[in-house]
Amino acid sequence: MSKINLIIQREYLTRVKKRSFIVLTFLGPLLMASIWIIPIYLSNLSKETKVISVLDETGVFFDKFTGDENMQFIQAVPQLKAAKENLNKMGNYALLFIPKPDLHIPNTAIIYSEKQASLDVKNYIKGVMKKEIEAQKLAARGINPETLLSIKTNVFISSIKVDGSGKEEKTSTEISMALGMFSAILIYFFIFLFGAQVMRGVIEEKTSRIIEVIISSVKPFQLMMGKILGIALVGFTQFMLWVILTSTLVFGFQYAYQDELKTFQNTQIIETSQGMFPDSPTETKITETQTSNENIGFLIDALTSIDYTIILGSFLFYFLGGYLLYAALFAAVGSAVDSEADTHQFMMPITIPLILSIVMAQLIINDPNGPIAFWMSMFPLTSPIIMMLRIPFGVPYWEIFTSATLLIIGFVFTTWIAAKIYRIGILMYGKKIGYKELWKWLFYKA
Amino acid sequence: MLFEAKNIVKRYAAHTALDGVSITVPEQSIFGLLGPNGAGKTTLIRIINQIIGPDEGELYFEGNKLHANDIYRIGYLPEERGLYKKMKVGEQAIYLAQLKGLSRSAAIHELKIWFEKFEISDWWNKKVEELSKGMQQKIQFIVTIIHKPKLLIFDEPFSGFDPINVHLLKQEILNLKEQGASIIFSTHNMASVEEICDHICLINQSKTILEGEVNSIKNEFKANIYEVEWLGNMEQMKNNLPSFLSILDNSNSNGSNKTKFKIDKGNKPNDLMKFLMTNSEVLGLKEILPSMDEIFIQNVNASIK
Repeated sequence: MSKINLIIQREYLTRVKKRSFIVLTFLGPLLMASIWIIPIYLSNLSKETKVISVLDETGVFFDKFTGDENMQFIQAVPQLKAAKENLNKMGNYALLFIPKPDLHIPNTAIIYSEKQASLDVKNYIKGVMKKEIEAQKLAARGINPETLLSIKTNVFISSIKVDGSGKEEKTSTEISMALGMFSAILIYFFIFLFGAQVMRGVIEEKTSRIIEVIISSVKPFQLMMGKILGIALVGFTQFMLWVILTSTLVFGFQYAYQDELKTFQNTQIIETSQGMFPDSPTETKITETQTSNENIGFLIDALTSIDYTIILGSFLFYFLGGYLLYAALFAAVGSAVDSEADTHQFMMPITIPLILSIVMAQLIINDPNGPIAFWMSMFPLTSPIIMMLRIPFGVPYWEIFTSATLLIIGFVFTTWIAAKIYRIGILMYGKKIGYKELWKWLFYKA
Repeated sequence: MLFEAKNIVKRYAAHTALDGVSITVPEQSIFGLLGPNGAGKTTLIRIINQIIGPDEGELYFEGNKLHANDIYRIGYLPEERGLYKKMKVGEQAIYLAQLKGLSRSAAIHELKIWFEKFEISDWWNKKVEELSKGMQQKIQFIVTIIHKPKLLIFDEPFSGFDPINVHLLKQEILNLKEQGASIIFSTHNMASVEEICDHICLINQSKTILEGEVNSIKNEFKANIYEVEWLGNMEQMKNNLPSFLSILDNSNSNGSNKTKFKIDKGNKPNDLMKFLMTNSEVLGLKEILPSMDEIFIQNVNASIK
């Protein structure tokens, strides 16, 4: 046992001390945190007021452009040509030209600007014009805007799970989806990234010819398992460091910029509710806030309803189980070849189930309890990813238990197969190996 | 006996690598394991190191059946050898010593002694890839013997060394023998076999074709050839030559003759001496023993026929 410990220690320490590991450890959280921080930072940056001159031939719209703290609308000179010249001269952000149509109610406009006009500006103008045109159309047909408002309905579906004992739980498909996707992708990358490291480690030992020295001191199986476990610890360390560093960065940022963040979050909430109800933002203010309050309340309910111990527990299990299952196979591939260039023919059958799992993800999420989802979450080569997609939606315990047992059996089986290939493969040099040879190796006596 | 292998058989799918090979390695001796490429030497060495197991046959270490823990008392320098390129020399040597059962502190202690002895202490913190091939071989030699094994196995140890280091290594191997270790020495280099081996085993095509003490093997294969340095008349010598003697080779320098005589079976060196004393003035006489090279080629060719 102490020898396996020595091997694990070496595999772990040599990798953790590598420059690439240290760089990746710090770069990862920076990237992740910046995905969250940069949009906030940018939106705080662009607080200058944009001046937009308006040439409104219809005369209907100009008054309606009230603007806000970011946008100011001014009357342009009446000639389009002169107005365009003025745009550059005055340094205005844009020129909005609304031509007078021949027959119907005006519904087109042109924005002239030096740079591409921002989406915010476009959406604002569009919203204002649409509202005005609709109001005119309503008036033309004699419909009272208030009547219309009273008709407008917002449908919101709460999904509530009921179990056998009649206990109810509010759930959110979106949250389950995000949670499942996130953990599945994490497992996928972990298996690929660190499985490949196992393979490269084996090839390194073979090509540097140190292998024969080492296996005269330890059993090939000890060396293989030591490598697999050592690299698992490397992956685990990296993962934990990422979690810790990312949350430190995010919380640190949150603490340092508390005030800015509050205003940002407020505007965000209003923006999203505007997104839901694009028309008449002012009139429906009250109902809006009610719905969004309800919405948030539901979200919190759904968030708290998720069984985190099950998710976290099964995540760790499938994370580790999937890695161990595949790492043994990667080690076997590494032992059978002389260089990384020769690995392709053996990598195919290993990567196909992994890639298939990710490709099927959308399908699984759409029907997390269908037959495809069920069988793929039982099959050990696909279960680590597929089961993690399903678990946030709620999976009966017996299914998780069966899948976990099958994964353990699968892991023992692949390790057994891999060990048989490994102990022969590491002593074979300079021979191109095919599947036929691999098959024979399984039956060699040690 | 320190180590014995009895009737070892190892079969692979297509061929038999070892077919009833036996070796006996006495205490404190150097044992040469000889044979052409593909004879089965490496397979036998791997079996002794318990890297692979034999299909048939038994192995004994100090009279007891070979046990898994005996690997702590065996040191092995393979022909295909290398080190982790990215690892530092000292760190790597400690790791390999620990795998052979030394504690970390003992490993450091022993390594420092050897590094000083070989005058390579300043390599301790270098990465292996910064060292030349010869330098790496020195490190490998040290980690092979660091745990003071009773049995050492060197597979082609001199390949890749320059003559100075070959000499250094030979001295160390002889020192290890003096200190009580036995050495199995696999090689094609017959000159080094004659120089340092006490016993040999010649394997060809999976079978033992010759085994025993170097001196007795040489005696066994001697052709009764004697080189005589003498003064006198060659013509007279030839005329008087008895039928049991034949002259193989003759050279003349500084007035004296050097002649190789072959004695037929059934006659003794004394018969040659009697003849010489009556026909010449003898300056010197010595027996010509076959070189290991000749024995090797002779036996390998004979076993193929």
